[in-house]
Amino acid sequence: MSVPAILEVDNLQIHYRTREGVARAVDGASFSVPEGKIVGLVGESGCGKTTAVRAIMGVLAENGSRAGGRVVFQGKPIDAGNTRPLLWREIAYVPQSAMSSLDPVYTVGEQIVEVLTKRGGAARSAARARSAELFDLVGLSERRLADYPHQFSGGMRQRAAIAMALALEPSLLLADEPVTALDVIVQRQILDTLRELQQRLRLSMVMVTHDISVVAYLCDEIVVMYAGQVVESGPVREVLARPRHPYTMGLRNAFPDLVSDAMELVPIDGSPPDLRETLTGCRFAPRCPFVETACLSHALAPVTTGGHLSACRRDGEADALRAAALRPSTWLRP
Amino acid sequence: MAAPVNALVELRGVAKHFPVARSLGEVVRGQHPAVRALDGVSFDIGAGDALAIVGESGCGKTTLGRLLLKLVEPTAGTIAFDGAALAGLSGEALKAFRRQAQLVFQNPFDALNPRFTIYRAVAEPLLNAGIDKSEHADRVAEAFRRVHLPDLERYLDRYPHQLSGGQLQRVVLARALVLTPRFLVADEPVSMLDVSVRAGILSLMREIREEMGLTAVYISHDLALVRYLCERTVVMYLGTIVEDGPTLEIVRRPRHPYTRALVAAVPVPDADQSRAPLPIIGSVPDARDPPSGCRFRDRCPHAFARCATETPPLRAVGEGHTVACHLDLA
Amino acid sequence: MAAAADLGPAVRRLVTMPLRDPFAFAGITIYVVFALVAVFADQLAPLDPLEILFTKAGKLAANVPPGPEFLLGTTNLGRDIYGELIHGTRSALAVGLSAAVVVATVGTVVGLVAGYFGGTIDSVLMRIADMALSLPFLPFVIVLTGFLGASTSNIVFAVALLLWPNSARVIRSQVLTLRERAYVEAARVTGASHWRILFVHIAPNILPLSFVYAAIAIGWAIVTEASVSFLGFGDSTSVSWGYMLQDAFSSQALSRKQYAWFVPPGVCIILVVVAGFFISRGYEEVFMPRLRGR
Repeated sequence: MSVPAILEVDNLQIHYRTREGVARAVDGASFSVPEGKIVGLVGESGCGKTTAVRAIMGVLAENGSRAGGRVVFQGKPIDAGNTRPLLWREIAYVPQSAMSSLDPVYTVGEQIVEVLTKRGGAARSAARARSAELFDLVGLSERRLADYPHQFSGGMRQRAAIAMALALEPSLLLADEPVTALDVIVQRQILDTLRELQQRLRLSMVMVTHDISVVAYLCDEIVVMYAGQVVESGPVREVLARPRHPYTMGLRNAFPDLVSDAMELVPIDGSPPDLRETLTGCRFAPRCPFVETACLSHALAPVTTGGHLSACRRDGEADALRAAALRPSTWLRP
Repeated sequence: MAAPVNALVELRGVAKHFPVARSLGEVVRGQHPAVRALDGVSFDIGAGDALAIVGESGCGKTTLGRLLLKLVEPTAGTIAFDGAALAGLSGEALKAFRRQAQLVFQNPFDALNPRFTIYRAVAEPLLNAGIDKSEHADRVAEAFRRVHLPDLERYLDRYPHQLSGGQLQRVVLARALVLTPRFLVADEPVSMLDVSVRAGILSLMREIREEMGLTAVYISHDLALVRYLCERTVVMYLGTIVEDGPTLEIVRRPRHPYTRALVAAVPVPDADQSRAPLPIIGSVPDARDPPSGCRFRDRCPHAFARCATETPPLRAVGEGHTVACHLDLA
Repeated sequence: MAAAADLGPAVRRLVTMPLRDPFAFAGITIYVVFALVAVFADQLAPLDPLEILFTKAGKLAANVPPGPEFLLGTTNLGRDIYGELIHGTRSALAVGLSAAVVVATVGTVVGLVAGYFGGTIDSVLMRIADMALSLPFLPFVIVLTGFLGASTSNIVFAVALLLWPNSARVIRSQVLTLRERAYVEAARVTGASHWRILFVHIAPNILPLSFVYAAIAIGWAIVTEASVSFLGFGDSTSVSWGYMLQDAFSSQALSRKQYAWFVPPGVCIILVVVAGFFISRGYEEVFMPRLRGR
């Protein structure tokens, strides 16, 4: 790839200690974020996408730990120990629910000023001017700086959270389902704002979402995760038009599409495996309509063809499988 | 618009206003501010139809669903079910209505009492309806069969927290079906579920409706989903109906400026899609003080003087397709 | 009947909680010991505590120091302090438990009804609660027992009258939240009656709160009874720890260094009250998991 990567995640392993044993929430995931690009991280809940993002920031839950792998940011390996100084200044975060990241007893303006002064070392007066600027940037009136979070609508809170994330001019923005809870028109407005800011400020972004359509609309690259691993990744246009992994094909079928002529949504039968168990072979095999005996015992290392990565043993037959996957009957269980 | 002869549910001028806390000034002036969640809504639901109610949060769609099930009473207007006004129902008649009209919830994790086993939860409607206990096991088994939860015994003694979201939503559906109702309201039945599970629940709901001849109302913010479920869609904005018609017509040739924005805002799973600016301005105004005339006018790119003074009525623009707009946007 | 079946998991939590929380376990142990003492008081101290004792020489056995015959000695009127202490346990627990039952029952029912039905019923009940909360505690108890007579049951009545609003208000606010839960709405849609919703779907969730307030009421009632007795407004026909303290105080036991007379009842009061708070704290954590580990 010609564009250098701002972030590289290599064979990341995240384990959670639970009462029923160790859950391998992320189990050997690798992907990279090219500089100035938006990468969409998709998958069902529990596939490890949020955990991966939290691991990049070094803020895992108490029972979680990095058991292996490397995260390289701007050429330097980072881990929980040395990420903290980078947060806000280099790596910023936009949560799903801005309400949980905004403190209800302070005005939104005070909270942005706080980030600018405490984290950025700015003087209060400069910080105030800058927060007005930031509000303007995300499309909020600077008069609203004096408002409390509860006086904001959902979309405005999300804009405020983006403004706060951008306060110290980070180079990488991590957004965890930033538009999931929003109505479709507001969602679109926020996505447009994100796209515009990303281009204007030349940000790199990781966008965690379960919504393929949002990835299609906003992102340059897509990383599809399943059961803690990356099963497919590549340029959005390429991956959505010509998915190579059966899981991506299934997700694509299961997803509502306003403009297609198909009148049926096809579910992927079954559910993701329990990550506390020892898993062998391809993790998607038990749900895969194209499964072969060998899939159950041997997982294949991902194959990359022209920047398009897929981890399927039958990758050579991808074109035929894709044609079969379009038929709803393929996904019906006997 | 002439009412279909076989309408199961008829709404006439239905309004619901929720009083809000008054400021001192409002108390002094004797004003009673209210959130006008629903204002003058009239339409019919034909027996056996699947109707979608679509709109953004705050448009009144959830309130409408609750009114249809007599969970709240309208401030004005009448709702009739099978010819009988809901407002007048009490005692045995109300019980009979409760047996016929059921609700499927948005959040399956909250829709079941965490202290009830799955069997008890699904059998509760039977108990409330006074059906003899000897019949319960068979009726519950029948409902489980309908929602495709095989190996029944595995579930009956479990508690909700031991089931996945998709399984729970099937149990919620089974509870709604155990009394073999005629009318089903589903409020965002899949929005809390995982993508791969959604499709299964949606096709199940379609199958059940056809098999049981149910009349169904799906409340959703997602036009893309509704397309797979309902032949007819009602689009709401700020407590009023702006467009009502065949779903495919509405999706492909939206006539109301708001519907157009709504359709344009839905992203599609394809990298090549329109990224043109939305034909809509600003955000949803305060439902306590909606704009005069057409409620959409201050966000409408086509608004003109008449929109502020005159509320556009619903008028026919095609076969079973009505729009509340002064303009004729083809 | 149906309601009783729903209490299964709730009761199980009530029973298992003390095993996990050492403070609550200590509290329960203290209660168990006092309860056993109260039950077997006649065996532990066969003498009537109000009986005036005489030495073998026929003299009044007043101010006898602690010894093998009288474990804690005797009072200045020749009564057995050990016997008084043991029998005082009975009245303390009677006061505490009956107040707890009344407070928890009234508070729970009022909270449920006010929270669930809302409207006028709610307004009326909560204004009554506000009035009760605005009464000064001890003066009210003294005045009331003055009017109705200084019996133990009147003290319980007065305490219950003052304590129910606390539990009613907290339970009401909890009911307001529970009322909005989807499964409660689901019960309505399927035709469940108000009473079924209230007692089958809502009440089991607030039961732990009722226990918290019952445990708190035990402590309050015992302290109140002791205070009233100490101030001399108590029931003079039965022995209680408060009565012992009052007796010791008025007979100037402190200046005579008769520690065995007033220290044991004081310690007993502290133990019972502290045990009540330990237990309520444990149940609070069961009920509000957010408090855990704080």
